[in-house]
Amino acid sequence: MGVTESRRLDRHTIREQAPLILVGVFGALLLVDLLFRLAGVEIALTANRSFGGSLSAQRFGGMLWNGIVIGLIIGLAGIGLSMTYSILSFANFSHGDLLTSGAFAGWAASYVVAGFGVVSVGELLFVRAGGGAPFADEIGASIVQAPLSILVGMVVAAGVTILLALAIDRIVYKPMRGRGGISLLIASIGVALALRYIIQFMFGASNRGVVDTTDVRVDIAGLSVNLHEVTLVVAAVALMLGMHFMLQRTKLGKAMRAMADNQDLALVTGIPTERIVQATWVIGGGLAGVAGYLVVLDRGTIGFNLGWFLLLLIFAAVILGGIGSIYGAIAGGLLIGITYSVSLVWIPSDFNEAAAFALMILVLLLRPEGIFSGVSTA
Amino acid sequence: MSDTNSDAGADGPLGGLFDGLSRRSSDLLLVFGALFAIYALFTIFVFGQGINSVVSTLRFLTFLILVYGMLALALNLHWGYTGLFNIGVAGFMAVGVYTMAMLSGDPAGSPPGLGLPVPIGIIGGMVAAALVGLVAALPALRLKADYLAIVTLGLSEIIRLTYNSEAFNQWIQGATSTITSRVGFLPDGGAGTGAGSGIQVPSPAGPVRTLFFEGGRAGNPTPLGDAVFAVTDPIGIQQNVVVEWAYVLVLAVVLLGFYWLLSRIGNSPFGRVLKSIREDELVASSLGKHVEIFKVKVFMLGCALMGLAGILWQGSFGFVSPNDFMPVVTFYIFVAVIIGGSGSNTGSIIGSILFVGLLFEGPRRALGALGNRVDFGRAPNSFGDAVAPILSGDITPFFAYAVANRSALVFVLLGTVLIIIIQTRPDGALGGRNEPAAAVDLSTRPEKQPTTATDGGENQ
Repeated sequence: MGVTESRRLDRHTIREQAPLILVGVFGALLLVDLLFRLAGVEIALTANRSFGGSLSAQRFGGMLWNGIVIGLIIGLAGIGLSMTYSILSFANFSHGDLLTSGAFAGWAASYVVAGFGVVSVGELLFVRAGGGAPFADEIGASIVQAPLSILVGMVVAAGVTILLALAIDRIVYKPMRGRGGISLLIASIGVALALRYIIQFMFGASNRGVVDTTDVRVDIAGLSVNLHEVTLVVAAVALMLGMHFMLQRTKLGKAMRAMADNQDLALVTGIPTERIVQATWVIGGGLAGVAGYLVVLDRGTIGFNLGWFLLLLIFAAVILGGIGSIYGAIAGGLLIGITYSVSLVWIPSDFNEAAAFALMILVLLLRPEGIFSGVSTA
Repeated sequence: MSDTNSDAGADGPLGGLFDGLSRRSSDLLLVFGALFAIYALFTIFVFGQGINSVVSTLRFLTFLILVYGMLALALNLHWGYTGLFNIGVAGFMAVGVYTMAMLSGDPAGSPPGLGLPVPIGIIGGMVAAALVGLVAALPALRLKADYLAIVTLGLSEIIRLTYNSEAFNQWIQGATSTITSRVGFLPDGGAGTGAGSGIQVPSPAGPVRTLFFEGGRAGNPTPLGDAVFAVTDPIGIQQNVVVEWAYVLVLAVVLLGFYWLLSRIGNSPFGRVLKSIREDELVASSLGKHVEIFKVKVFMLGCALMGLAGILWQGSFGFVSPNDFMPVVTFYIFVAVIIGGSGSNTGSIIGSILFVGLLFEGPRRALGALGNRVDFGRAPNSFGDAVAPILSGDITPFFAYAVANRSALVFVLLGTVLIIIIQTRPDGALGGRNEPAAAVDLSTRPEKQPTTATDGGENQ
């Protein structure tokens, strides 16, 4: 009897797992195809279709590095989204616009530091709103020309976004504590619209270059390295490590993990939930602000839509990693970033964003609890 | 909800205004009251620019109200009735419009279409939108509401990016031409999407135009056209405006059709199951209802209606591009539904009137009219130049800047209103009305004298 029982169970689990296995096989095929391409092996299947092909290791390395750079930003932004999702239990659609706020605040500060004396402060504060002179290379906001300006920019980006996030929480979300996730979601759409267009009203609608990229690309040990990307990676990894120690070693971190796990139990244990909610906004907002600043450092351009366009990718990362898990958000971010960039091997360049969204939908359907399920804390 | 056998006055914050009237007449009063109030407001904005300008402004306004009304009703079927939080409306609209354009487009155009009659194109667009809805619904409906929201938003972006893709354009053109070259009556060229440069849409307003003009060409009126223009020309209304109004009247009939259909659905046994799914899925399935099948059906129906509304709206301009289907379009429709109160069909229509009149077009026109009448001088180029003079007490540059950048302010207003509504009045103007589940109205039960102590004798 025990045997039949377990066999029935097996058949059941196989039926449940069938789509997952299918996706796994497809993924493995893509991986083998990638390896064949890297090795330069090509097997013709039909007249104009083949398996494998050629892909230079250098090009692939470039794609992978690009994916990691994008993925780190998405992961950094995803930490905040994941924390607010698990602790406040709603999908925050205004998270992308927190990134934008951080980007504009940070770059305004960088411009004031780097361009002080060159142009009037009033013009610097609005980060080339007109799009005309002064040009980005006249102001010289770059890690080579003015490293201090970049550092100040990052700190200001975090600070302003934290204040903004706390203010929004106080005005919008606090009166709605305990309401359903959908009500809060709708409110966050309202916040997203208002925030984005306040930014457009103040900083203008144009998408313009702000980062000075002269002499940023250098050769280190035979590899051409973009120092701005290096700055981004160092800053993102440092912040992620900081998050890790905060959550594992401090009392606040422990309280946050408890809140994410079971809010009622946390309240009963005497954890001041309202203070933890504020701490969540401080950390989530700060990281979002820095992430927004770093996106601009990487891309070189700034625009009021920047965070909104990233939002779905950030959601994808958070869902991929499992909501509530910051390690999941980081891993999900890297996975989304690499998918975004490496999928170009197989699909045309106007589809890679769609590929990342499709990956998100696939994960939601097959494993709604995320790839790293069970790690709902920290 | 149109309630046929209840005399009880409508509930909700606005409903109590007309106690004593039947709900249907009070609904009509509300809708037309709101509509004419908005008309009056807009007439003031363009007053003094001649009657043609007034009539044409009101036409545009009514057009927007009607298309938003259709979409709000379709969304209300998803969200208000069934509780499906679909924020991919723009994507389903895009599928409808693009499929229609590809089916009915000119075979010699760029991109080519299949040249089928417009009605077939419209039906094809609705079917395609419903099928995409099916693909989205089958797996996604098992998800929690906020996940469904993210999935539908992701799907609508995938759809938009797909139509924007040149590679897809090439592929679909090749794939369709291999099929159509084997079918005798279809042109060999296949059908494309036009990628980023957009696609010509055979306007559904075209047939309406041919009622007034022979072959649709201006200056060549039909007998009907002659008769109508004989009245309108002397007043000073341009012939084009008259023709456009005729299309708006067609849309009004379609909107009534939507309303009738959804009211019928809402009051049918099918609709009662939908409401029970919204209130508590577990209860509905415990009572033996196949919740998933109901959800799939209603999702497909709603998507088909969204496709139709998309065709009648964006299609009537004769040209669409992927940028017409940004996610923000979906949020507009959501605002309309939320203002009116989700779950109420009349509320969806009133919500559309208020949204278009007071939030979407109103502030823009009001600031524009203000800018036309008061001279603020040249608008400063940047926010800094606009704010700096305030310190010295001069606020006119700021006003000039605000008027010049009013489109951004409209969005800020929209977001703020959305927050305020969801905070203070989440049920909207007409939401939260009692919906009679029984065929017989039970709320007006005659007073009965208690003859026996059925309640255990507690009242005696």
